[in-house]
Amino acid sequence: MNTKLLKQRIYFQIFRITTASVILFLFLMIWTFISNGIGVIDWTFLTDIPRRGMTEGGIFPAIIGTIYLTLGAIAFALPVGVASAIYLVEYAHEGRLLRMINSAIINLAGVPSIVHGLFGFGLFVIFLNFGTSILSGSLTLFLMILPIVISASREVLLSVPKSFREGSLALGATKWQTIRHNVLPYALPGVLTGTILAVARAAGETAPIILTAVFFFRPTLPKSMLDGTMALASHIYYMATQHPNIALVRPLTYGSILVLLGIVLSLNLVAIVIRTRHRRRKNW
Amino acid sequence: MDEDTQKRRRIFNLKESLIEKLLLASATTSIIVVILIFFFLFSQGALTFREISVLDFSFGRSWQPTSVIKPEFGTMPLVYGTMIVTLIAMAISVPIGIMIAIYIAEVANPTEKEILKPIVEMLAGVPSVVYGFFALVTLATWIQQLTGTNSRLNALNGGIILAIMVIPTIVSLAEDAITSVPREYREGSTALGASKWETIRNVVLPSAAPGILAATLLGFGRAVGETMAVLMATGNAAIVNFDILDSVRTMTATIVIETPEVAFGSLHYHALFAVAGFLFVITFVFNYLAGVVMRRFRRTGR
Amino acid sequence: MPAKIETRDLSVSFGDVQAIKNISMKILANRVTSIIGPSGCGKSTFIKSFNRMNELALNTRTTGEVLLDGKNIYGNNYDVVTLRKKVGMIFQKPNPFPKSIYDNVAYGPRIYGTRKKEALDRIIEENLKKAALWDEVSDRLHSSAIDLSGGQQQRLCIARALAVEPEVILMDEPCSALDPIATAKIESLIRTLSLEYTVVIVTHNMQQAARVSDYTSFLYLGELIEYESTKDIFENPKNELTEKYLTGKFG
Repeated sequence: MNTKLLKQRIYFQIFRITTASVILFLFLMIWTFISNGIGVIDWTFLTDIPRRGMTEGGIFPAIIGTIYLTLGAIAFALPVGVASAIYLVEYAHEGRLLRMINSAIINLAGVPSIVHGLFGFGLFVIFLNFGTSILSGSLTLFLMILPIVISASREVLLSVPKSFREGSLALGATKWQTIRHNVLPYALPGVLTGTILAVARAAGETAPIILTAVFFFRPTLPKSMLDGTMALASHIYYMATQHPNIALVRPLTYGSILVLLGIVLSLNLVAIVIRTRHRRRKNW
Repeated sequence: MDEDTQKRRRIFNLKESLIEKLLLASATTSIIVVILIFFFLFSQGALTFREISVLDFSFGRSWQPTSVIKPEFGTMPLVYGTMIVTLIAMAISVPIGIMIAIYIAEVANPTEKEILKPIVEMLAGVPSVVYGFFALVTLATWIQQLTGTNSRLNALNGGIILAIMVIPTIVSLAEDAITSVPREYREGSTALGASKWETIRNVVLPSAAPGILAATLLGFGRAVGETMAVLMATGNAAIVNFDILDSVRTMTATIVIETPEVAFGSLHYHALFAVAGFLFVITFVFNYLAGVVMRRFRRTGR
Repeated sequence: MPAKIETRDLSVSFGDVQAIKNISMKILANRVTSIIGPSGCGKSTFIKSFNRMNELALNTRTTGEVLLDGKNIYGNNYDVVTLRKKVGMIFQKPNPFPKSIYDNVAYGPRIYGTRKKEALDRIIEENLKKAALWDEVSDRLHSSAIDLSGGQQQRLCIARALAVEPEVILMDEPCSALDPIATAKIESLIRTLSLEYTVVIVTHNMQQAARVSDYTSFLYLGELIEYESTKDIFENPKNELTEKYLTGKFG
């Protein structure tokens, strides 16, 4: 009897230690970023343009670029994604079309980011002649995050009880009226969560935007959607591997990482909080 | 119903069917996009084979597309690079991921669970370029100190950081699989006098096995497709050395590095699309397999 | 007396399973008609064919006719949305929307275009009174409907259905989820409602049918076995099956 429990305790301790180790790794990693990068971050860093071949100054254009690219991506992904989810949950009948759409979403979600990048390069930059631009980048990112928005929206729409729809239809409301007034309002927090997670994902992606939207050194802000831009993720890559004086700019690189990480992890945290609060408050 | 109401009803119905059609159009975007990607990759990639044989492309041992003397487009080194990094990553992440999943699902108390699950999600939220930087700067140094290797950036470095990135995928799916094992199975085992671990080992894990398998397959797909982190961690030498402490280059890294420099319409351009097409097929296959496993799981499980 | 609803050879099947078999029946206006029978005999399906709510399920096939005021509701040009305004439904499990009491009752009128506050206020008060709920909630119209008791929720659903000015009210076992006191309140409400509306009620409780309805129909395995005035069917069932059911030999 005792050996059974002893064995169990050993195994469970191993699992606990493993889990702790992985988390420790994560925190250690974040700690190296903070300790190496926090000294660099100040108001100038965040608001100034890069100077002296990016060995001095700030990363403002990169921050703005990331914001533009992400907003562009979500501007497409949100309507198309939510509309798709509404169709899939509320209108679609069992059958070949539904299966094809579902399988397409799963496949789209599984496409490696670089393949999205190359596709974006071939289609938007070259074929449609948008060139290396925010437009090309946003459209490429849009295709990447579309499955995220669809999945999150679909999940939350499915969680709205059937009785809401039945009750509304039985009162003589049309299908769309029912969705608009009695389903969507309850699905909004979930859609919001999905959107925030999609935005966080888009902000962190590098490979797609390297091929479609960014220049490594652009001290001026982009003037239009057809302009190229700097971005945080690509800036980190460049400063860490392509810059002529990597060692000198190392602290700035750490600073950029902290900014990007700060944005992305906060977004993730906000999404998680919204999701948890919503689940608890759900009064149906 | 008088005529006025009838007319209003008709406009209303028109509006309703218009909305439905708009929603349908949105939903078919996904299909259109996937088909487009497929089409683009393969049409551009296939043009490679006007000038190189499929055999040379797939099994050629040398990838030197920019060589002035004799450009070569053998993808073996790239495939090797991808595979070795992926295999190292899976060898690390699968056991660790399962252990963490078991811990979260079966051992952790509710408070621990509430903290652990978001942290695992955070792990997944860290951008790959950030992981890549850490591997480039810090992890590589640790490995070098531990093994005394000459090449700082190598397959092991890439494999380890990739493992960290894949762990959240495995943990979340495996955890789902474990928690959906019905209570009746566990209760039956406990009622027979088994300890919690024995129940996990003999009842829960076998029952969750298809889900765990699916998690592994999906993790594999993700690992193969990962770009920035391995790019920054592996040193990017397109050679085959069978030494995990040696530099390698993956298919994904190749595309990122070489595309910005490539001449549109050149053989190199098409070859890169071919490599991307190959990647697409691999990830597609693994995602498909994962889906098949999940469906079988749902049918026989309960 | 004219038939408010008439079914002619009505059959409903879900995939391979036929739930309703060739039922022809007339339901009179301004009367309470109850539908009784053992569970699974198709009572719910039958009543849902009056407002075409069966169509929300998969693979439904409906043949035959259902006439509302003489027009076939399954006809090609019949507007199902207006049908559901005319034929309201109360469900077995009370399903108030997670909104305020006010917004629940206002839902229907708002959908139909009534926006002005005074008009809505009037409609809400009128229908909450008709549903015998006004006195209990008039001071908290903007509190959540979910906080009401089961019986109150069901009466709220009745008020909500009345607010769209139906002509027929279908009730699918409206009291089966409620306690005896709440049930009694709703039963007395049903009698009052029949003065203004046509009420069709499905119930698995024979005594309730006896208390509440003017006419009773007995369904068994999807077929209409017997349909008489309540008094006649309970005192003098003509069919052997009916008698067996009423005396508790099965069901």
